[in-house]
Amino acid sequence: MKLDLLPSLYVFMLAAFIGFEVIRRVSPLLHTPLMSLTNALDAIAVVGAIILAGEHRSNLAAVLGTLAIVAATSNAVGGFIITDRMLKMFKSSSSKKP
Amino acid sequence: MTNVLGSENIIEIAYFIATALFILALKWLSSPVTARRGVRAGEVGMLLAVVGTVFHHGIVDYKLIAIGLVLGCIIGVPLGKVQMTAVPQRTALSHAFGALCVTLVGTSEFYLRAPNIPPFMMAVLSMEVILGSLTFTGSLMAAGKLQEILPQRPITYKGQNFVNLGLLGLAVAIAVILVLHPEQMRLFPAMIVIPLVFGVMLVIPIGGADMPTVISLLNSYAGLSAAAMGFVLNSKLLIIAGALDGSSGFILSVIMSKAMNRSFTNVLFGGFGQIQASAAGVKEAPPVRSATPEEAAGILAAASKVVIVPGYGMAVAQAQHKVREMYDALTKRGVEVTFGIHPVAGRMPGHMNVLLAEADIPYDKLLEMDLINGDLPQTDVALVIGANDVTNPAARTDAGSPIYGMPILDVDKARTVMVIKRSMAAGFAGIDNPLYYLDKTLMLFGDAKSFVGSIVRELGGSQA
Repeated sequence: MKLDLLPSLYVFMLAAFIGFEVIRRVSPLLHTPLMSLTNALDAIAVVGAIILAGEHRSNLAAVLGTLAIVAATSNAVGGFIITDRMLKMFKSSSSKKP
Repeated sequence: MTNVLGSENIIEIAYFIATALFILALKWLSSPVTARRGVRAGEVGMLLAVVGTVFHHGIVDYKLIAIGLVLGCIIGVPLGKVQMTAVPQRTALSHAFGALCVTLVGTSEFYLRAPNIPPFMMAVLSMEVILGSLTFTGSLMAAGKLQEILPQRPITYKGQNFVNLGLLGLAVAIAVILVLHPEQMRLFPAMIVIPLVFGVMLVIPIGGADMPTVISLLNSYAGLSAAAMGFVLNSKLLIIAGALDGSSGFILSVIMSKAMNRSFTNVLFGGFGQIQASAAGVKEAPPVRSATPEEAAGILAAASKVVIVPGYGMAVAQAQHKVREMYDALTKRGVEVTFGIHPVAGRMPGHMNVLLAEADIPYDKLLEMDLINGDLPQTDVALVIGANDVTNPAARTDAGSPIYGMPILDVDKARTVMVIKRSMAAGFAGIDNPLYYLDKTLMLFGDAKSFVGSIVRELGGSQA
């Protein structure tokens, strides 16, 4: 298996820059939802776990992979739910009138 | 393979769209108006990526995948429905889960590939499992402290930094050996166990008020370990998601340490608060002026501009809903009420904003430190609820103070200051707060929730 290291490093560098520029603009008001949303997005690691569990190349890999799916899925599900719950609460004075 | 619609191509396209959606999700999060759209984008991206992955050609065992996904949903849903006051510990727990996933995958990859692992691959794999395992236990410790299962006070001992750095050094040394000699497979478990211990040791000396910085830092580590996993699996999607999470955590850590005027190393290795506590205790306390809820209500009702400064004490007392009632009562009387939010108020970045938003206070009334500090000199009453060190004028005036230089909310510049506090005990940093002894300061002794409740009753009663 050949490892294309350099393209990956380029991707990492560019993504880190985009991350800095985009996240710098997030209002401090939303720092808690920011953290829970990036956490939920980070649960994309589940794709690696799915391949590991699904390919079943060894029993160890299958068991650890399944556990990893559980951990990542609960992060994704829980993270999206709570982020949305938090954001739903943020109302401006103009939209607040019931 | 030549077919454009081959399953591998479809997976790649799904990943590509997911990546774009993730970046958009964070972009939309920049304003409360578009933020919920950001969550939708993230969900769609995640779903696309997961569904795409299931079509991966090598997959033979769908049962395990289904079990994992279903169990994950069963655990995840209640974790998404916790009370808003429990959000800091939930967040710490989710850092732990993320790190656990990354560590487990890294471990499996090692045993599937060893001993034929090229040096670069082994280096990123080591980074993945070291960061993953230390973030796992570190975050569990943080969650335990926030949930108050573990003592919140920093626990320090002699030679602590030496032990911690030694552990980390040992883990890195093992990683180097494995990079050079990947056939030394029996060393691998040590490269997981040592960082696991290190994670515990790292968070033991950290006190409650430093949690915002530490949670952000652990967030950053979780992201970086996921990015490292992306390198190992050669997945651009994972590299990008990890880099976004890592930079987000890093930015938040920088903001948090700036707001405390401290460096990362100082937060991690500082053991803040012990030395000063003794010095502050010996001095005879000067007299303070206190007031009853009736008097406080009278002063608030007579004001035209009030700034409320909430702190962790408000969260502990669950006073945010009473604060909203007081906000309503005062606004009805034509008093202009805003909130001054210090970046490190509470136990995680943005903690106070979430609690106040939960209590239905409009977000345009929640102002950042720089904005509110411009307003405070023209403010009639600054009402501090459960905040201490972030209002301590010694940070501005007393070069000998341990918090000197820390940016604070200048509540002492308001015409009248009222502080709701349970007793005269010192704050987290163990530093006396000269604010309390000013002539214009009134101390309102009592539990935040019941005291604000009494003020609300007074305001309502005199109006009827």
